[in-house]
Amino acid sequence: MVNPPNPVNHYLRTDRMPHIWCSGCGLGTTVNCFVRAVEQCGIPLDLISVVSGIGCTGRVAGYLKMDSFHTTHGRPIPFATGLKLANPKLKVVVYSGDGDLFAIGGNHFIHAARRNMDLTIICVNNFTYGMTGGQVTPTTPVDAIATTTPYGNIEEPFNLPHLAESAGAVYVARWTTFHVRQLIKSLREALQKPGFTFVEIISPCPTLYGRRNRLGDGLDMMRFYKENSVIKNGADTREVGLDFKGTIVCGKFVDRERPSYLEAYNAKMAERLGASYQPYQGVL
Amino acid sequence: MDGDHACCEGALSAGCRFVAGYPITPSTEVVERIASRFPSVGGFFIQMEDEIASSIAIQGAVWAGAKAMTVTSGPGFSLMMEHIGLAAMLETPCVFVNVQRGGPSTGLPTLPGQADMMQARWGSHGDYEIIALSPNSPQECYDLTIKAFNLAEEYRVPVMLMMDECVGHMTEKVIIPKAEEIEITERRYTNAKPGEYLPYLADESLVPPMAKAGDGYRFHVTGLTHDERGYPVMSAEAQEKCVRRLVEKIRKNADRIVSCEETDIEDAEVIVVSYGITSRVAIKAIEMAREEGLRVGHLRLITVWPFPERRVRELAERVKAFVMPELNYGQMFFEMQRVIEGKAKSYLVPHGGGTVHDPQVIYQKIKEAAW
Repeated sequence: MVNPPNPVNHYLRTDRMPHIWCSGCGLGTTVNCFVRAVEQCGIPLDLISVVSGIGCTGRVAGYLKMDSFHTTHGRPIPFATGLKLANPKLKVVVYSGDGDLFAIGGNHFIHAARRNMDLTIICVNNFTYGMTGGQVTPTTPVDAIATTTPYGNIEEPFNLPHLAESAGAVYVARWTTFHVRQLIKSLREALQKPGFTFVEIISPCPTLYGRRNRLGDGLDMMRFYKENSVIKNGADTREVGLDFKGTIVCGKFVDRERPSYLEAYNAKMAERLGASYQPYQGVL
Repeated sequence: MDGDHACCEGALSAGCRFVAGYPITPSTEVVERIASRFPSVGGFFIQMEDEIASSIAIQGAVWAGAKAMTVTSGPGFSLMMEHIGLAAMLETPCVFVNVQRGGPSTGLPTLPGQADMMQARWGSHGDYEIIALSPNSPQECYDLTIKAFNLAEEYRVPVMLMMDECVGHMTEKVIIPKAEEIEITERRYTNAKPGEYLPYLADESLVPPMAKAGDGYRFHVTGLTHDERGYPVMSAEAQEKCVRRLVEKIRKNADRIVSCEETDIEDAEVIVVSYGITSRVAIKAIEMAREEGLRVGHLRLITVWPFPERRVRELAERVKAFVMPELNYGQMFFEMQRVIEGKAKSYLVPHGGGTVHDPQVIYQKIKEAAW
């Protein structure tokens, strides 16, 4: 019997399969949810660009059959900024991991959020540097074991939704890879909303985070998400920080309006340069 | 007009419509003028959070179809190194302007240096080739900014415009030709149909045509070693094929890329080789030596990378000595020595930067070389 083709094959570079991700890894689930959100959002596929940094999540760009850019470690956001500003018709998505976006790339994240740059940022947060073998990241919970914190992590992790909201994001949501339907909906909303939109996806890394912290395999971690998540849409983001083995608050936390970077730019230039100013359409 | 402003005008003439930058002395005037000029001509300037961001934002803009550049000085140039490598690897045509100041570290922010010359060539990790130009006047800041964009498009490489504080802040007459008189190299885009396009398939020119985001090619590019499809391939064979072409597309075309200015070379026994602001001091020293009856010629490097290897080698066969003044303790000098291969003597006139040479010092070295 021949299996029917995967319904999302159309969005994937099937000539690059099999992918490099471990069994039990949540990245495939996030990609599945993302392409379904792309399917639903109504944006022509040719106008979507995906930009990744470096790491396991950094490999997402290479598997998506869209204009896709695998850039340098920590810098997908400024690359995406240039892409978007040179052609504002593009829908530019940054798809990267917690280490890439919040350690080496943290400065770019807060500045793009501050500017309300028209970008959708998807952070797959697996609490570890997977590609390099399981080191501590800025989101690793206190007490968790990593190869570079063999006695347990002592650093307070970033609360990503709170950071995003504080820095200026207009849309902030968090789901786990267990919450596929909610995740698809949030990704769709994030893609459709102008300005800086942010979705955090809690995702299992059984090989390098789960096993080392006695969290079991991929299935056990998914079961943990099911049993230890609570959905609180509109929750105060100050209250959604993550503890080691603690409750995971999920939901859409922020959905607010403020002029996006390009809207603000065009308004200012029209005000100062007068009627002769043509709204910026890209450099072409 | 000063050299910094002339650089902005050159970028506009070249068709550059996207600039990302971060303030740093003595380059800031370039981006200040750009910030003021670009909005009314359909261009876009953004001040990024640092030079790392600036040096990759321009590459995003290029892949969306823009001609783009960033502008900086020593410390910022150091921060940009990884993205010079990215531009080399993705073959992103773009321009990096470095208005050089004294270094290392914070060094002399307001005073000149020429000590980033080797960094421009070798600063990013791995093997690659770049092109670098060195203007010696505001007029050349204008002209060579255009040339930098043209070379970037022709060879799909990052091109460095290696200015210095003196040419950046020097005010002289700058002639801006009529638009139709300016030679512009446009980007070469693929004619392939979507689905048939291979981003890194090059013809005999070794330079593959580009695609841009949004045109339906759904292409992929990566800083990883890649094949013609742009897909990562982790093997020694793929590395050889990928990196060899990055190097050869410049080395094999070096004679077409190189540009020098030769003065009084025919009868010369000693040749002063110089570039940038130092060339103007060298001219004075050569005049002094010629008045003394010394047979001295001048080879001014307009392209500093690739180094004019063939020409210097030819000259080394027949002259007694080369003298190179530069605002560092020996950078291009060592490249020149490598090329001369001991066939003529070579004399460095070093200087730590902060000001230009005293022409007397260069003159003395010419006398010593001619002895």
